[in-house]
Amino acid sequence: MEQLIKEKIKQVKKGDQAAYSDIVGFYQNKIYQHCYRMLGNAHEAEDMAQEAFIRAYVNIDSFDDRRKFSTWLYRIATNLSIDRIRKRKPDYFLDAEVKGTDGLDMYSQISTEDRSPVEEVENLELKRYIHNEISQLPPKYRSIIILRYLEEFSLQEISDILDIPLGTVKTRIHRGREALRKRLRHV
Amino acid sequence: METHNKMIELMHRHLDGDLKKEEEVILRTHLEECVSCQHHFHDLKRTISLLKSVETIEAPINFTENVMAKLGAEKKHFKYKRWFKTHPLITAAAIFFIFMLSGAFVQFEGQSELVVSKQENLIVKGDTVIVPEGVTVEGDLLVKNGNLIIDGTVDGNVTIVNGELIDDDPLEGEGLMASVGEINGELNTVNKMFEWLWFQAKSLFKGVFSF
Ligand SMILES: [Zn+2]
Repeated sequence: MEQLIKEKIKQVKKGDQAAYSDIVGFYQNKIYQHCYRMLGNAHEAEDMAQEAFIRAYVNIDSFDDRRKFSTWLYRIATNLSIDRIRKRKPDYFLDAEVKGTDGLDMYSQISTEDRSPVEEVENLELKRYIHNEISQLPPKYRSIIILRYLEEFSLQEISDILDIPLGTVKTRIHRGREALRKRLRHV
Repeated sequence: METHNKMIELMHRHLDGDLKKEEEVILRTHLEECVSCQHHFHDLKRTISLLKSVETIEAPINFTENVMAKLGAEKKHFKYKRWFKTHPLITAAAIFFIFMLSGAFVQFEGQSELVVSKQENLIVKGDTVIVPEGVTVEGDLLVKNGNLIIDGTVDGNVTIVNGELIDDDPLEGEGLMASVGEINGELNTVNKMFEWLWFQAKSLFKGVFSF
């Protein structure tokens, strides 16, 4: 797959814009999901995920072919999401909660397997709770926890994506795990 | 307490696959006799499996189409940029010519003392400029030949020539707290002669082509 993506990037660099739509199609779910988990709502997630793909396209010439494209893309998406969180007005969350549609939105998009309706409800409650607890973490910790446990990157890959030393990734993941342990202990 | 904390450290390193054989024995032996650490370890592992149980979310329909439509709008700006990059020699020659005329070399090479575009409420310590906490710089900020620390806010673009932005990261030493200051604009760091020329050229061409 990585090889096919490399070919597509070569074409994009030569000016073939259509080749880029294959790249977006291939990564759209991963990047959208990552932004959703970082930001906690569908509206901002769509904005930032789109922006990530646009920035990657505009700066494609500065992408080094020897590296993994996905690493670069995740870095752009993470930085944009953190930036967005920092720029939020303090009353942002209140607004989102009053409107109250985001949560439902999210679950209508989740792909579910067959379960009994009761189990389903309990599960949704729990998952919503977990999502909410993750989104309470400061962005620096949140990004690492999401990349490690929800998206299953290795610590080394996380260090590459965020461009921070492996030691720092480890310190932050320890703290993130401790913070979540306290929050999820009574679940 | 001391021992428990050490054991918790070992638990985390175990979870990252970083434990040496002998450390593993130490942790296991302690877990056999310490109920509080058993609980801690159990909770950590449970936290991880809870995190892993969160389901996948798919992008909205038409996501790719929407991105491609937006790219159409970006295209114009992009074409110039691409042309400059695919014709580096012509571009470099043109830039060189322009700057020979405008005396930009003198501008870059001639100065080595610290220059700040604005100084209200900013602290200058040696060759470092600090935007203190609670201070908001309105408009763009340029720092030449020095480093910049932002604890407050810059409502505009930040350009640092011959220096860097220092993220002093107060999070590292202590608990989970709010982050460093912010830039509500673009950050540009220019450190080499060519980059400086490129940056100047970009602003120049932006000006030329922005009608
Ligand atoms: Zn103990």
